Amino acid sequence: MDLTTKYLGLDLKNPIVPSAGPLSKSLDNVRILEDSGASAIVMFSLFEEQIAHEAAELEHYLSYGTESYAESLTYFPSPSEYNLGPDEYIELIHKIKQSVNIPVIGSINGITTGGWLEYAKKIEQAGADALELNIYYIPTDLKLTSLDVENRYIEILSALKQIIRIPIAVKLSPYFSSFANFASRLVNAGADGLVLFNRFYQPDINLESLEVEPNITFSSSNEIKLPLRWIAILYSRLKCSFAATSGVYTPEDAIKLLMVGSDVVMMCSALLKNGPRYLKSVLDGIDKWMFEHEYTSVQQMKGSMSQKSILDPAAFERANYMKALNRFK
Amino acid sequence: MENIKTKSNRKMVTIDGNEAAAYVAYKLNEVIAIYPITPSSNMGEWADDWAAQGKKNLWGTVPSVTEMQSEGGAAGAVHGALQAGALSTTFTASQGLLLMIPNMFKIAGELTSTVFHVSARAVATHALSIFGDHSDVMATRSTGFALLSSNSVQEVMDMALIAQASTLESRVPFLHFFDGFRTSHEVMKIEQLSDDDLRSMISDELIIEHRKRALSPDRPVLRGTAQNPDVFFQAREACNPYYKACPDIVQKVMDKFATVVGRKYKLFDYFGDPDAEYIIIMMGSGAETAHETVEYLNKQGEKVGLLKVRLYRPFSAKHFIQSLPKSVKKIAVLDRTKEPGANGEPLYLDVITTLAEAYNNGEISNLPKTISGRYGLSSKEFTPAMVKAVFDELRKEKPKARFVVGIKDDVSNNSLEYDPNFSTENENTIRAMFYGLGADGTVGANKNSIKIIGEDTDYYAQGYFVYDSKKSGSTTTSHLRFGPSPIHSTYLITKANFIACHQWVFLEKYDILKYAVPGATFLLNSIYNKDEVWDKLPRVVQEQIINKKLKFYVIDAYEVANKTGMGGRINTIMQTCFFAISGVLPRDQAIEAIKNSIKKTYGKKGDQIVQKNFEAVDQTLANLFEVKYPDKVTSKIEMPPVVSDKAPEFIKEVTAMMIAGNGDDIPVSKLPVDGTFPVASAQWEKRNIALEIPVWDEKTCIQCNKCVLVCPHAAIRVKAYDPKYLENVPPTFKYTDYKGSEYKGYKYTIQVAPEDCTGCGLCVEVCPAKNKTEVKLKAINMMPQPPLRESERINYEFFLNIPDLDRRQIKIDTVKGSQFLRPLFEYSGACSGCGETPYVKLVSQLFGDRAVIANATGCSSIYGGNLPTTPWAVDANGRGPAWSNSLFEDNAEFGMGMRLSIDKQTQMAKELVKELASEIGEKLVDELLNAKQDDEAGIYDQRARVEELKKKLETINKPQAKNLLALADNLVKKSVWIIGGDGWAYDIGYGGLDHVIASGKNVNILVLDTEVYSNTGGQMSKATFRGAVAKFAAGGKPTAKKDLAALAITYGTVYVAKVAMGYNDLQTVKAFIEAEAYDGPSLIIAYSHCIAHGINMEKGMVQQKNAVESGYFPIFRYNPALAAQGQNPFKLDSKEPKVKLEDFLYSETRYKMLTKSKPEDAKVLLELAEKDVKNKWILYETLAKANMG
Repeated sequence: MDLTTKYLGLDLKNPIVPSAGPLSKSLDNVRILEDSGASAIVMFSLFEEQIAHEAAELEHYLSYGTESYAESLTYFPSPSEYNLGPDEYIELIHKIKQSVNIPVIGSINGITTGGWLEYAKKIEQAGADALELNIYYIPTDLKLTSLDVENRYIEILSALKQIIRIPIAVKLSPYFSSFANFASRLVNAGADGLVLFNRFYQPDINLESLEVEPNITFSSSNEIKLPLRWIAILYSRLKCSFAATSGVYTPEDAIKLLMVGSDVVMMCSALLKNGPRYLKSVLDGIDKWMFEHEYTSVQQMKGSMSQKSILDPAAFERANYMKALNRFK
Repeated sequence: MENIKTKSNRKMVTIDGNEAAAYVAYKLNEVIAIYPITPSSNMGEWADDWAAQGKKNLWGTVPSVTEMQSEGGAAGAVHGALQAGALSTTFTASQGLLLMIPNMFKIAGELTSTVFHVSARAVATHALSIFGDHSDVMATRSTGFALLSSNSVQEVMDMALIAQASTLESRVPFLHFFDGFRTSHEVMKIEQLSDDDLRSMISDELIIEHRKRALSPDRPVLRGTAQNPDVFFQAREACNPYYKACPDIVQKVMDKFATVVGRKYKLFDYFGDPDAEYIIIMMGSGAETAHETVEYLNKQGEKVGLLKVRLYRPFSAKHFIQSLPKSVKKIAVLDRTKEPGANGEPLYLDVITTLAEAYNNGEISNLPKTISGRYGLSSKEFTPAMVKAVFDELRKEKPKARFVVGIKDDVSNNSLEYDPNFSTENENTIRAMFYGLGADGTVGANKNSIKIIGEDTDYYAQGYFVYDSKKSGSTTTSHLRFGPSPIHSTYLITKANFIACHQWVFLEKYDILKYAVPGATFLLNSIYNKDEVWDKLPRVVQEQIINKKLKFYVIDAYEVANKTGMGGRINTIMQTCFFAISGVLPRDQAIEAIKNSIKKTYGKKGDQIVQKNFEAVDQTLANLFEVKYPDKVTSKIEMPPVVSDKAPEFIKEVTAMMIAGNGDDIPVSKLPVDGTFPVASAQWEKRNIALEIPVWDEKTCIQCNKCVLVCPHAAIRVKAYDPKYLENVPPTFKYTDYKGSEYKGYKYTIQVAPEDCTGCGLCVEVCPAKNKTEVKLKAINMMPQPPLRESERINYEFFLNIPDLDRRQIKIDTVKGSQFLRPLFEYSGACSGCGETPYVKLVSQLFGDRAVIANATGCSSIYGGNLPTTPWAVDANGRGPAWSNSLFEDNAEFGMGMRLSIDKQTQMAKELVKELASEIGEKLVDELLNAKQDDEAGIYDQRARVEELKKKLETINKPQAKNLLALADNLVKKSVWIIGGDGWAYDIGYGGLDHVIASGKNVNILVLDTEVYSNTGGQMSKATFRGAVAKFAAGGKPTAKKDLAALAITYGTVYVAKVAMGYNDLQTVKAFIEAEAYDGPSLIIAYSHCIAHGINMEKGMVQQKNAVESGYFPIFRYNPALAAQGQNPFKLDSKEPKVKLEDFLYSETRYKMLTKSKPEDAKVLLELAEKDVKNKWILYETLAKANMG
């Protein structure tokens, strides 16, 4: 069976890629993922806030209360070197690149065009084969228009394109008023791929402490419907790679996403829940399904059920909703 | 020092004396044993830092640096290391040096080569002082160590090498000393000795000789024998040739040093007119000031001179006489120490003996008249004016044979008058003063500026920094000098060309412009812009600006800091202003230098911080303005009085002078003869340091009193009271109905002391009540202080006048009840949000009216007893804790002595009561002797009986009655508390503590466990948890925390509790009460969050909670009284750990920073720490389940 695919110009042995998540924090887990068949690995995200905050926090607490009282002019020894979050991250990429044979995709997450983008250069220098730009942003300013928001994404991407040469994939949320137009703007601005979609963690309220708390939940198979629709719509209309993410648990989930045009299918929650070795069973399942259904390659399957390849293109548009209602009746 | 001008390629460095000493000591030693003590701690810290970084010594190995449990331990370890053949050293000062004395006798007696580096500091007598004088060094005169003095930072580096070379050759051990703070902390541009210099001076052959003398089983010898009267004496004399040879060896080494390095030293260095008639003889940093003054006076044609003593022991009469100009007629010998009862201070006695002998032997033809003076005790300023006063005195026909200079002694009338305006400052030297807050980064910025000037210009540069005695809201004054000529001015600036005031509030507190010279520049950080500022200035400030024709600049540094994301740190901004205005460097070059230095300082902490600082630099220049001012004073704003008019006389006359920064002007007669001071003085020092203070919302409040319990400064108080006291209530005073059955019909008020609050926010954090309609609000909320100050001040005064509840009516064993007890520990200068003081305050509330407190040296002795004021207070009856600090190492014993004394006097009082039974009356006698004093009512009744007894005794005309009158107060139960930190309890004082808890005596020991030596800046103790980064444990502490509580439990007779107020405040209150009630020794180990943990201090109590809930600090009570009743004495008060240890640890910088500096080590230590926690829990759980009753 030919499971090979091409993503961001990279030749991959199969279409299953662990998405940005905590598994990539450990070299051991990355090795297990490779052994289990992962065709590439997306590193966990280096956050802009983390870059700025961690340094500021360390500086604040190391200098807090110093030079105030003659007997205790400082409170901590001063090591000559600090290995701050970004440095650790870059070191890890370097180590992973040396230990595995699959492509490594770095990931950065931020909302400004500030100095933090320089870290992309360091990620590239550490050997990353590509970069995923994750713009995690909730626009709450009443004065900010949708165009302002979109422009900010474009600016960050353009700035990044100036800095690095490796391919860049942009990971997005679905919350745009005209998603297709925006996606095409990103591709025009140089995005080599789109990763659809990011999941926002939604805050929750703790009724006892009366505090707002972050709420982290795993995705469910149900969630593949959103990327499924949009990749189906955009496939062949935009010249870029597509990665589907959110809710991929089973071989069937992955196959569906490949059929609408994904170049790769990314997994996170399923691997966290079932362990990194679970990836192999998904791959085996794809292989088995393709064999049983007489497919010979992923290439053959890719886009076969995208909007342009199906009989009723409107099925992926608004009519879909009506139909579903009717069918329910 | 004569500077031979050679073309040197040596690196110029701008460092302080401690670093200079440590630099050479580290290069030339292999085993370094250390222990923290101010002002020497930094030498050990440098050594530890360098070792952690893997820096190698001269011979390519990383020295082994080990912290010991005390200076005695460090000296012992050095002694052992030397005996086993290594090159070994230590660093210390003051009490630490005294603890080393026994080993010093041994090391010298065994003719062992070593150098101890000492930043000389006052020995505690009537008071502790962290500042510099020679009383510690002088106490070692008889040990047999050579004593070599350095007078400046350059000399510290030079003499450290000279001492090492000399000790190897002479075999006499050396004590190399320099003045604490004045030299140890003075930042100076100096020439750094190179490795080649060190190699040229240190002979490998002599090191091999040293090793050959070492103990080795391969060639065993016996050393350390006990000797009998037959030979001890002779053997003691056998070392004489070595001492005789030593001075010549040192001079030879100095001469070689001159050849190698270029700087020329003599054992006694004479400076001045070769035909001088009047000379001063002295040693230490003061000699630099004398040098500058002599130079000045010589230029005026005065025939005066200075003899600097470098090698004080062995004292070489030969070299001394050779160095003395033949022309000398009169000599003043200045000693920086005091030996009460002696015929003269030590240097004077040496000089006079030497002169007399030389005269008798015909080596000199006339005997100069020699007088003796003391100066500079505890870093008292020693200025050119004082030097001149000494010369003036010498000129008198009958000079004072014994004098003091620098103070006004109106008791013994032996002080010299001096003209404070006399100045020898070099006109080419720029002198700049900066007034800042500790928190605003002023000192750091100035240290930086000095480095920039030192490294980017050819100027000589000097920086010295003065701090006040508070740990929160402290004022700092920086003194910077720089210019083309060498700087000998080892005294504070009083003629400033540049004065910067970094905080507006100082304008109302201090006479900021007092030291500005005419035409000087004045830079003010002001929220008012250049057009508004003039009208806001106090009258005295306007006057001085006009009269002295100052150039006046303003900047709103906080605004710039806010805009550029610098928060409250205005350091970079004010530094940029200084460079921009002072013109020390061309502006562009200065900006570039500042930016380079920012990169150097913050580069390793991340590019973001660098960028933020760059931004601040760039924004500064656009916001700095010169102020054009009128030529007439317009202000009617006067400086407020330092203390209230209602304060007692002593506070107004003496304490207020200290608060205002004028303590130097207080004459001897105003000060106590024996170090005894009145208590309850902190209430008069209104510091107003909080930007925000808590404001009570009586409607949301559930009246739990938790805010009052946790307040570190007793600045938030509660009262329940009869509504009748609300007559004449101020308009904004808040109150509500008391909730609860015990004081039905009463009113309830939570009141903040607006001028004493430090704004830490702990109270708001612990408040459990949330506003139902807006959850961000609680029953107390922080609001800006300035608009509330006046009204709340009136409210607080009104509140204080409402009577306290009768102690007999209070349920003291509850959190709520205990907080109705008046705190007798208030408004301390501890860090804002301190984790220790809530416990100390609780002791004062529960037992303060009958407590005697022995307090170990450390944070608690500093915020408890550092002048000008003390937080220890009195109740409405004038009763309160009687407090004293003896030493660091002896506190448990000190407290036990108090117990023994009280017990004895109680017993004597009882015996006398029995003896006088017929006169006193049987009923009263019976009640007095058998009174139950186990609760407040019992104590109240006994006090009444004792009063009755006293009245009767007045009428009994018998000597026993008089005796009993003096002893009668001991019939009322006294509570002895022994308080200190973990450095004391786990390390230096552990032997004593162990003995005291084993004694069975009824003492209560409170260990404020911050897990580091907090007071000296966070060095590791045995209480430090595994994996924590602390000074002396830069790589994370490799071993587990000592379980002091478990050790104490093994006696079975000690009440032991571990408490953490932030986790379970009720358990804390109960533990304190049980400990005090237990008729035997009690040990409470109180987890105290600390600024040295690198946490948000506002969240201190949350950190405590997480510490317990992660199993990091499980709490329990072990009460032997329960065992007596057949119950298990061990009660585990914390629940099984539920917070991940990792989550707790990495919420504190002390742990997190290791993951950043040594991530692999951090991982290993975390795993081990997890095991520690697990095993501790198993142990405690087993004890809790065991059938131990």
